[in-house]
Amino acid sequence: MTLTVTLRAEAPIPLDLAFAVAPEELLALVGPSGSGKTTILRTIAGLWRPTTGRVAVDGECWLDTAAGLALPAHRRHVGVVFQTYALFPHMTAAQNVAAAMDRPDHTEAARLLDLVNLHGLSDRRPAQLSGGQQQRVALARALARKPAALLLDEPFSAVDRATRERLHAEILALRAHLKMPVVLVTHDMNEAQLLADRMVVIDRGRLLREGTTAAVMADPDALRALGIREVAALLPATVIGAEEDGLTRLDTATGPLFLPGIDSPPGTRLRVRIMAHDVILSRDRPMGLSAQNILPCTVTAIRPGDGPGVMVHLAVGDSVILARITRRAAAELALQPGDKAHAVLKSMSVARDHIA
Amino acid sequence: MDWTALTLSLELGLWTVAILLPVSVLAGRWLAYARFPGKGAVEALVMLPLVLPPTVFGFYLLLAFGRNSPVGTFWQDTFGHQLVFTFEGLVVASVIFNLPFAIQPAQRGFEAIAPELREAAATCGMSPWKSLRKVELPLAWPGLMTAMVLTFAHTLGEFGIVLMIGGSIPGETRTIAIAIYDRVQAFDMRGAGIMSAVLVAISFTTITLTYLLSARIGRRLA
Repeated sequence: MTLTVTLRAEAPIPLDLAFAVAPEELLALVGPSGSGKTTILRTIAGLWRPTTGRVAVDGECWLDTAAGLALPAHRRHVGVVFQTYALFPHMTAAQNVAAAMDRPDHTEAARLLDLVNLHGLSDRRPAQLSGGQQQRVALARALARKPAALLLDEPFSAVDRATRERLHAEILALRAHLKMPVVLVTHDMNEAQLLADRMVVIDRGRLLREGTTAAVMADPDALRALGIREVAALLPATVIGAEEDGLTRLDTATGPLFLPGIDSPPGTRLRVRIMAHDVILSRDRPMGLSAQNILPCTVTAIRPGDGPGVMVHLAVGDSVILARITRRAAAELALQPGDKAHAVLKSMSVARDHIA
Repeated sequence: MDWTALTLSLELGLWTVAILLPVSVLAGRWLAYARFPGKGAVEALVMLPLVLPPTVFGFYLLLAFGRNSPVGTFWQDTFGHQLVFTFEGLVVASVIFNLPFAIQPAQRGFEAIAPELREAAATCGMSPWKSLRKVELPLAWPGLMTAMVLTFAHTLGEFGIVLMIGGSIPGETRTIAIAIYDRVQAFDMRGAGIMSAVLVAISFTTITLTYLLSARIGRRLA
């Protein structure tokens, strides 16, 4: 069921790229606005036709301009969650879901609405639902099509931060049920990093980088298009419990992390997104410091960039976190791969929605 | 009270609406979605009957439908009688004259549907025909209803064209508006008054019902 996409076009934006998404894989298409992400998604869905291109899923060809083949959107088994959700306003939630079935099956519609955690609201119309609830209906409707590929076009951009956090967690939980390739278009690097297995970075219609999320997020060249301040890594951690002062203690491979605002119960495995520019490096374990989180780590690589900064890769157990420090600081510390060091992180620098 | 004239007017209105409903759905939808050079000219042509004096429009139709015109000859050969000064002629004229009243609101109705909704319908596996039935018609319905009510009300009151194309043949082309004029000509002010009042009542009821219905649909979608 691998989805392969090749396309080239001059208008509305120049496009020239190719990529593939494996079954059960979630690929994030990221890039600055106007880079062509949504156009790529529309090409896969059959809502837009490039000058030359080929889109195939599991051997079934949806578009092959060389062979003069272009299946109309309604003949492609594709599930799309639109940025605005595009729910049918005159139908209830259940009717919206059933509308995507070739033969409406209301038991199945109810099951899908349960799957996206929308209980007891199946008779409401879109106008009577909150943004997050509408997003869930849109997702259930996309799944009702039994899609060979699931396309998500900035699906979390129209909801508030707290809802977005919840929806992120729900998508991660839903992943086990998603057997098809999933393409997520987003400009939110945090979202891409928390949700996606692989990333394709697009800049002005061209594929700038493709790789696992961890590799792309560690690559300064890839991130130049997205903003170097987005460089970050995910650190796995287990929730231990709430402390008296409101911080939550989490255990990582090499030591505890104390972070605010974590509601998950003890024992929950989480991934904490640590921004490279938030990490301070110290050779010795620092004393008399306000920062609460000091993780022993090993330098694995030092990658200079074009500017005055370097990216230091640090092994924390089996995981790698990144520290973006100045070239000058790296020289003063005389850091070499293999050196032991301490990564220092302020509790308050980890945003709530950077944890999933 | 000339009941024959009233019935004739209502029949003319219903026929016009029945013919223009599918026309306005197809033409309104096409004008709402299609992008092509010369679209402005097509829209202007559709709107032309709105700005032409009915007598001028009727005069041209009389020429176009007359015994010596291609349309008139075709009609005569096919149906064995002429098109002008018959009820069928009135229906044809009324359909043409009401094009702007039917197509314009229908077009606005279709234009009001967000393009993503049609795209969502397609990605939900709906063919264009199913999308029209399940998504577009229910959403464009207020516009279509406005179109039909305007057409109906407008047909009831049309005078100039009916007079030019149909004359005033009782039971064939004498509509209520013509009958009222005839009554006034005959100094039967009471008869004209009653008929005018009936026409006002019918028009008012139609419009009120439309507003109530669209308000209900509006509440449902809000």
